Amino acid sequence: MNNVDEIKRIEVDEMRQWNGFKEGKWIDEINVDDFINLNYKPYDGDERFLAGPTARTVECNERVKELLAAERKAGGTLKVDASRIMRITAFEPGYILKDKDIIVGLQTDEPLKRGICPFGGIRMVKEELKEYDETLPENLDFMFRYMTTHNDGVFKAYSSEMKQARHLGFITGLPDAYGRGRIIGDYRRAALYGIDRLIAEKEKDHEEIASREIMSEENIRLAEEVWNQIAALKDIKKMAESYGFDISQPASDVKEAIQWLYFAYLAGLKEENGAAMSLGRTATFIDIYAERDLADGRYTEEQIQEFVDDFILKLRVARHLRTGEYNELFGGDPMWITEGLGGVGADGRHRVTKNTYRVLNTLYNLGPAPEPNLTVLWSEKLPEPFKKFCAQVSIDTDSIQYENDDKMRPAYGDDYSIACCVSAIQMGQQMQFFGARCNLAKCLLLAINGGVDERTGEHLGPQMEPMPTDRALDFEEVWRRYCIYLEWLMGVYARIMNIIHFMHDKYDYERSQMAFLDSEVKRLMAFGVAGFSVAADSLSAIKYAKVYPIADENGVIVDYRTEGDFPKYGNDDDRADDLAVALSKKSIEELRKHPTYRNAVTTLSVLTITSNVMYGKRTGNTPDGRRAGEPFAPGANPMHNRDQKGAIASLNSVAKIDWNNCRDGISNTFSIVPDALGKDREARKNVLMGLLSGYFKQGAHHLNVNVLNRETLIDAYHNPDKYPSLTIRVSGYAVRFNALSRAHQKEVIERTFHTAV
Amino acid sequence: MTTGKLHSIETFGAVDGPGIRTIFFLQGCPARCLYCHNPDTWSCEAGREIALEEVLQTAKRSLPYYGKNGGVTFSGGEPLMQEEFVLEAIRMLKRHGIGTVIDTSGTWVDEYTEDIIAECELLLLDVKHSDRRKFEEICGCSQKNLHLVMSLANKYRTPIWVRQVIVPGINDTEDNVDALTSFIKSHIENLYHAELLGYHTMALDKYKKMGLAYRLDGVPPMETGRLRLLNDRLQNALALAVARTAS
Repeated sequence: MNNVDEIKRIEVDEMRQWNGFKEGKWIDEINVDDFINLNYKPYDGDERFLAGPTARTVECNERVKELLAAERKAGGTLKVDASRIMRITAFEPGYILKDKDIIVGLQTDEPLKRGICPFGGIRMVKEELKEYDETLPENLDFMFRYMTTHNDGVFKAYSSEMKQARHLGFITGLPDAYGRGRIIGDYRRAALYGIDRLIAEKEKDHEEIASREIMSEENIRLAEEVWNQIAALKDIKKMAESYGFDISQPASDVKEAIQWLYFAYLAGLKEENGAAMSLGRTATFIDIYAERDLADGRYTEEQIQEFVDDFILKLRVARHLRTGEYNELFGGDPMWITEGLGGVGADGRHRVTKNTYRVLNTLYNLGPAPEPNLTVLWSEKLPEPFKKFCAQVSIDTDSIQYENDDKMRPAYGDDYSIACCVSAIQMGQQMQFFGARCNLAKCLLLAINGGVDERTGEHLGPQMEPMPTDRALDFEEVWRRYCIYLEWLMGVYARIMNIIHFMHDKYDYERSQMAFLDSEVKRLMAFGVAGFSVAADSLSAIKYAKVYPIADENGVIVDYRTEGDFPKYGNDDDRADDLAVALSKKSIEELRKHPTYRNAVTTLSVLTITSNVMYGKRTGNTPDGRRAGEPFAPGANPMHNRDQKGAIASLNSVAKIDWNNCRDGISNTFSIVPDALGKDREARKNVLMGLLSGYFKQGAHHLNVNVLNRETLIDAYHNPDKYPSLTIRVSGYAVRFNALSRAHQKEVIERTFHTAV
Repeated sequence: MTTGKLHSIETFGAVDGPGIRTIFFLQGCPARCLYCHNPDTWSCEAGREIALEEVLQTAKRSLPYYGKNGGVTFSGGEPLMQEEFVLEAIRMLKRHGIGTVIDTSGTWVDEYTEDIIAECELLLLDVKHSDRRKFEEICGCSQKNLHLVMSLANKYRTPIWVRQVIVPGINDTEDNVDALTSFIKSHIENLYHAELLGYHTMALDKYKKMGLAYRLDGVPPMETGRLRLLNDRLQNALALAVARTAS
């Protein structure tokens, strides 16, 4: 049945799955936002309705805890299956506990088992397998001798300058050897419409695209892509069938809605090892089904919570096979299964529902955990009891982050979600080209040295005399040069990104995720910067103190002697903060000058994940006094312990960075000891709420909140077994502390903890 | 224009007065408490000048965080020693809708004290000890000024939040808590809150750096369980609802 109109007619007449739903545009077109708007019920109450875990939930959760302990004991990876390529239907059904699972589906046939995704890069897969003493089966090895992967394609097109900028550490972490991720399918579509309707819509799109008068490169590519999406949708149906479900039709109750949505999401998880695999914004959508079932007496609150718990538990056992080098960039084995919670609709009603609470409640029912990456979309208009509950969850679990809905909504509409950590994307209508980040601090050193890398002496970029070493650095001259080198670096960066995403579309197209987006999708190209606070403080040192460069025997400036004090970013001091603001502005202005692949809109993030450690390692001494190799601060954070005027001054500095220059997100990770928040639980909740409110009222974008003592982390560093589930927020995501490398653990311990005086 | 002598600013204070507060630590203190954890604020000469305008600008940066209860706290040292500056600051902040809390030990009184107490929104009063003699032993000052401060607060109905640091071996007894209770009941008319704070040894490094003798050397930090018991006893005796601290 491929005729859209026929399907639609049947739907309107006899779609029993939609009984009780208010009709609207969503009936005739794929429009989940419209469905939500017409049918959801905002919830203004508090958390007292929530149900605890059932005996079954506890049992399954215990099983997962055992598996996680075994995984930790095994050094971080429990099992690897190299026998086949990860595809939607590659594996037989898998379960946590076969008779107990109520929401079913695993990436492979066993929880925590990792498979291989070779289309991003076969070399990477071989390295991964070597680390685990596995080898690629002969047939696969043979096949890839004659196939180009994304990674092969990129390196065929890179110039020598690009490779040099990459290996010296000016631009790193690029998705040129692994899946780019950051694509968020609107998996709710599977539940609301059923797969058959989605296939019919895609077939209609395909016919329209393939029949266009001008067969441009873009049209040809798109036609092929949509064809691949249709194939994926058919495979998803097959995969669901293997678990005993027919998902061709819409979901008929809350349990099915969760299950359908999960199958759709799982397909992407099964064949894409993207760096970030966000879930989207599902809680309020699911609530519509939950409310209907509660009203009909079909399910109880306890049952619905149990479905949600089981769904979340499945998300917690998803894994990708990674190399040691990758883990250095993105520590803690993250998946970034990000779910946006709350926010406000276009009509001004907040989108908090009972199910928003249920999702947060999993952190109590199942215990704290890094995944899914729960992200509260904060608005002044969120109901007070919800704000308070979020504050409580932060204090109790350190597992959630906050992003400013009042800032993002005007730009991305009310139905956006968060890719990875901080990047907003319109649900169903946009995708992102992820681009890691370039190193602002290292670029400053390059400018001072006139085009010589401070660590190797290699020449790159525009060539000029180094800054004179017989006098203090002149700020005006340094800034003039820095602008020249930023212009150069951003140019190289933009060209690299175009190559990467061209090749990714060509050789590793995410058909199973793109199948849940509109065929004519809008694209964002997300650039990033690292070393933000180090660069800002270095500029401040040069401007407000006297910084004397010190050259080595080859005339390369490798160190600095600083006389006098200087203002530092993180103290709400405009002198330093203005330099940080100028840096973000200059970066995006330079990037915007360059044409982008598929006309993507250029955006910028100030976010490092945990790569701030690796970036620091590859950057020499900096004029702010930071020593060579020392980690940078993460994201847009002020440098560790330089923010000395207290938490609010620190927050205020970060709040000055204009989100309109950094629409891919400005990450700030904030650690505070419980005693500094107040004497008792009630006071702490109120104070944390006040902090969040004050920060976001100024237009700030993102805050990771950790409420814990440094001593706890030090103890966990020495006694990992005592803290199996200690979860902390690092930079736009949460990790199990134990899953971080020693270097990353140390860096987290070094960070500023705001204390009571 | 009056200026003050500043030790430091803490832009986020959540335990020194109601709500989220900006704390200005001022230089100078007449007391020399055994357990003082800020010996670097004793001197009236040290620190840097701070103008009223800077106080206002700093506080204004925190306005989005204050909510209903937050504001400015002057602490120290002993803020009442910088009388003129503090009084002008209170008045200026009030004109901008910002309330001020004074964190005092009640060891200093002069001709400005009355106006300060009349115009601030709350006194955080550190009652070193309820017993006159022990008070002197702990801080080296007479208790006379403390009584003046309390009667002025009574006169102007300025609420008081009483605090006392509990040091093992000095005042960590039920008897002391009971004595403090009756002291509060007989001298303070507008009690906002009362709490006991545990002695800690985190200031040791500061003393070493400053080359000062630490008189409580060897005294362990106050044990938190015991402190909680004493605090509960105080709350019960004063019949203060714990919820009162929720701000």
